[in-house]
Amino acid sequence: MLLASLLIASFVIFAAVYLAPGNPISALSGGRALPASSIRILEQRYHLNEPFLAQYWYWLGNALHGNLGISITLRENVSALISQRIWTTAGLVLYASVLILVFGIGMGIVAGLRPGFLDTSTLVVTAISAAIPAFVAAIVLILLFSVKLGWFPALGNGTSFLSNVQHFTLPAVALAFSALAIVARVTRASIRAESEREHVQTAVSRGIPGRQLIRRHILRNAAIPITTITGITIASLIAVAAVVETAFSLNGLGAYLVQAAESKDLAVVQGISLVLVTAFVVVNLLVDVLYALLDPRVSLGSRAQ
Amino acid sequence: MSTGMAVTAAVGTRRARPLSGLRATGVAGMVSAAVIALATIAALFGPLLAPYNPDLPNLSLAWVGPVGGHLLGYDFQGRDVFSRLLAGAQSSMIGPLAVVVLSMAAGALLAVVAAWRRGAADAVISSGLDILFAFPGILLAVLATAIFGAGLTAAAIALSIAYMPYVARVLRGVALRERSQPYVAALEVQGLSATTICVRHIIPNMLPLIVAQATIMFGWAMVDLAAISFLGLGVQPPEPNWGVMISENQTGILQGYPLPALSAGVCIVAVVIAFNVLGERLFEQAQAARQ
Amino acid sequence: MSDPLLSVDGLTVRLEVRGERRAVLRDVALTVRAGEALGLVGESGSGKSMTARAIDRLLPRGAEVDGTIRFGGRDVHALSGADLRRYRNQAAMIFQDPRAHVNPVRRIGDYMTEALRTNLGVSPAAASRRASDMLAQVGIEGGSRRLRQYPHEMSGGMLQRVMIAAALLTEPRLLLADEPTTALDVTTQAEVMAILDELRHEYGLAMLFITHDLELAAAICDRTVVMYAGQIVEVRESGRLHDDPLHPYTAALAAARPDITRTAGRLRAIPGRPLSAFEAPPGECAFAPRCPHARDACRAGTPAITELDGGLSRCVRARELRGKLGERANA
Repeated sequence: MLLASLLIASFVIFAAVYLAPGNPISALSGGRALPASSIRILEQRYHLNEPFLAQYWYWLGNALHGNLGISITLRENVSALISQRIWTTAGLVLYASVLILVFGIGMGIVAGLRPGFLDTSTLVVTAISAAIPAFVAAIVLILLFSVKLGWFPALGNGTSFLSNVQHFTLPAVALAFSALAIVARVTRASIRAESEREHVQTAVSRGIPGRQLIRRHILRNAAIPITTITGITIASLIAVAAVVETAFSLNGLGAYLVQAAESKDLAVVQGISLVLVTAFVVVNLLVDVLYALLDPRVSLGSRAQ
Repeated sequence: MSTGMAVTAAVGTRRARPLSGLRATGVAGMVSAAVIALATIAALFGPLLAPYNPDLPNLSLAWVGPVGGHLLGYDFQGRDVFSRLLAGAQSSMIGPLAVVVLSMAAGALLAVVAAWRRGAADAVISSGLDILFAFPGILLAVLATAIFGAGLTAAAIALSIAYMPYVARVLRGVALRERSQPYVAALEVQGLSATTICVRHIIPNMLPLIVAQATIMFGWAMVDLAAISFLGLGVQPPEPNWGVMISENQTGILQGYPLPALSAGVCIVAVVIAFNVLGERLFEQAQAARQ
Repeated sequence: MSDPLLSVDGLTVRLEVRGERRAVLRDVALTVRAGEALGLVGESGSGKSMTARAIDRLLPRGAEVDGTIRFGGRDVHALSGADLRRYRNQAAMIFQDPRAHVNPVRRIGDYMTEALRTNLGVSPAAASRRASDMLAQVGIEGGSRRLRQYPHEMSGGMLQRVMIAAALLTEPRLLLADEPTTALDVTTQAEVMAILDELRHEYGLAMLFITHDLELAAAICDRTVVMYAGQIVEVRESGRLHDDPLHPYTAALAAARPDITRTAGRLRAIPGRPLSAFEAPPGECAFAPRCPHARDACRAGTPAITELDGGLSRCVRARELRGKLGERANA
C-alpha cells in the first residue's frame, strides 16, 4: 500500500510540470526566456515530444538511477546538489528524533507511572508546547540561547563535527519541540491505559513484583501505540525541517526546496520532493514493520489507525 | 460539567446545537472561546480598529521600542506593530478557515459515501485515501507554490488536499457507526432516499464530532499556513500576516529588537492553543454524548 | 476442629467513586476450611467480586479497608513484599473474562510460567515442563506447541482452562474463582466446571467460588454464602439451600430461576432491582423494599446475623419464616 502511495506521489510530482500554467518548457525554465538551442536540449532531455506516460517512465527511470535533471538556476546536476545538502537535513532530523525519543517518551513514562504533581505539571507544559510551531520555537530559542545567553550560535552549519552539533542543537530543539510534547502526552496516556488493564491485575494477583510488572506488562504493551505515534511524528519532522532550516539558515534540503520553489526551479523542486516523499514513506514503512513485530495479533500491512 | 446539554445536542434525529454545549466545556473551554472571539473580531475589523496605519513604512522609526501610544513598538520598516498585528489577523485566520471548510466538506462527503455504500465503494475510497496519506501537508503546499506561484490560495488548497484523508478516515468511522444504528434502518424502511437520510439525519447527528474535529483542525491549519507564510511562499509582504511578520522581523531578534517577531509569535500560539483546547473539550463532549 | 484456612471477619470496604466515599462491602464475615468449597452468590452490586479482591488484596488505589482477613493464621493485611507475593501464589485467583485477563502480546508459556520463574525460582525448562503437564490435566493436548502460542490463537474456553492451569501451577491452597464460567457459552461452561471440580478434589484445594447462579454454586460447593447490597444475608449447606432457605432473598433468587422440569405461567422475578451497598437505605434491612415478607421490625435497624440450624441468616424474621420460604412451601 505504501509503495503504491510512493508511486502515485512520484507521478504527481512528475505531473507538476504539466499542471503549471503555460507549457512545460516555460515551467521547466521558470518563465525565463531561453535560446532555441537550450529549448531543443530541454525537449530532448525531458522527451517532451513523446506521449505523457512515456515521459513519466523516462523520468522515473532516470530518477531511480540517480539522474534527477539539471537545475535551471545553478546549472548543476540536481542529484549532486541534493547530495551536498542531504546530510544536513538527515542530521537535523536524526538529532531531533533522538531528543523526542529520550525526552518525549521519557517524560511520558515518568508522568504515566507516577500520578501526582509531576504528572499534572507535565500535562500542562505539554499542552502548551504542543501548540508552539517550530518557527515560533526557533525565534524564541534564538532569542534566549543565542542572543541573551550566547550558548549556541544562531545561524549556519558549522565546520567540524563538534561545531556541527553545536550549530544543530537549537534547530533540533525547535524542530522537536511540539512533536516532543505530543509524544509525551500519548506515551503518558498509553501507560495510564495499560496500567488499568485487567491483564495487569492478573499479573499482580500472580505475585509478579512491581519492577517486572512495569517492564513486562505495562511498558511492553504500551510500546505498541507509543511506537506508532512516535514513528508518525518523526516522519512528519521531514517536512517541518524545511521551516527550521530556513529559520536557522542551515544548508539543508528543506531550505533549498523553498528557495527553488521561489525561483521556480522545477527540476530541483521535483527532485527534492521525490527524495523527501520517499524518506517519509520509508519511515512509515519502518513503523508498520515495528508495529507488526510488537503486536503478535496483527500481520504486516494491517496497521489500524 | 453537565453532560445533560451535550446529550440533548446529539440525541435522536434532532439537529445538533453546538453552541448550547459551549457552556458545558468548562472554564478552559470558555476562555478559549473568548480568545477565538477576540481573534475573529480582529480578523473582521482589524484594519478599522488599528490605531495607526499598518502599511505605511517610515524607515526612520525602524525598531523603535514601545513609546507613546505604540504598545509594541515599531517593526523593521517603522510600522506600528500593534496595528499590524490587528490588520494581519485577517489573512492569518482566513487561510485556516478555507482549509478547514474545504477539507471537512470533501472529507465528510467521502466519509459518508464510503460508509453508506460500504463494500466496493468503501474499499476504493479507503485505499485512495490511504495513498494520499503519503504527502505531508507542508510539502504539498511547497510543491503547489512552485507550480502555481506563491500565495495563500495555492497553499490553502494544497493543505486542504493533504488534510482531507485524515478527516475522511475519522469521519468514516463515525459515519459507519451511525449507519448501523437502528433508526437508519427504520428510515430506510419508510422509503426515504439515501441522500435524504444522509443529509437530513446522519450528518446532523455527526455534527458535534464534525465541529470538534474542525476546531482542532483549524489550529493545525493555522500552524501550517503560518509556517508557509514564514517561508515566504504564502502571503506575500507587504501584506500584513502573522507568519510573515515573524520572518520579516527575525533579524530584529539578532539585533536586540525581539518585540515585533515575538508578539506575532505569541498571537499565533495563543490562538492555536485556544483552538486546541476548545476542540479537545468539544471532542470529549461529543464522545460522552454518544454513550 | 482445626482452624479454618481462610477467615474473614467484619470486612468493610469503602471506595472513592467520583469524589465520594462509598461503602461497597459491609461487615462481611466468612470462613473457608482446607479442602472446602464455599460458594459466594449474589447479583451485580452485591459485593461478591469485591470480597474476592479484598481477600487477594487487589482493591483499587485509595480503598479503605476495615476488618481482618486471616490466611493460614496470618493477617493478610500485615503482609508485604515477598511475603505478600507468596500469599498471592497460595491464594490464587481466576478471573471472569479470560481474554481481557491474559496479556495479549506474550506467549501462553510465558504467562503460565512467569510466577514460577520469578517467585519460586524454578528454571525455565522445568517450569515449561510443569506447564505442559498441567495443560494436559486441564484437557489441552500438545503442550509444548500450545506454550508457544499467543492468546488470540485460542478460544475463550481454552483460554479459561489455561488460566486455571496457570493458577494451579503455583500449588495454591485456596482457589478464588471469580465467575470463571460466566463469559463462556453453556457447553464450555460445563466442561470448565467439570475440570475445576475434578482438579479441586485431586489437589485437595479449598475454593471460594463466586457466581450469580445459585444452582451452579449449590452443585459444586459444600456451603453457599448469599450476598446482597454488600452484606452477607445467608450462609447455608448447599444441599439445604433450595428446600429450606433461611432468608427471603435466597428464596426469591431460587424461585426466579426458570426450572426446566416445571411449566410455570410467568417468571417469578423479584420486583425492583438489586442495590449496591451504598444505595441501600441505612438503618434498615437492605432487602426490605423488595421483600414480600417485610414488616415494621425490618425497618427498625440493620438486622444482625442469627444462627439457625447450622446456618446463618440476616433476616429479623428468620425464625418465624422458617419452613415457609423454601420450595416445599411454595410448591
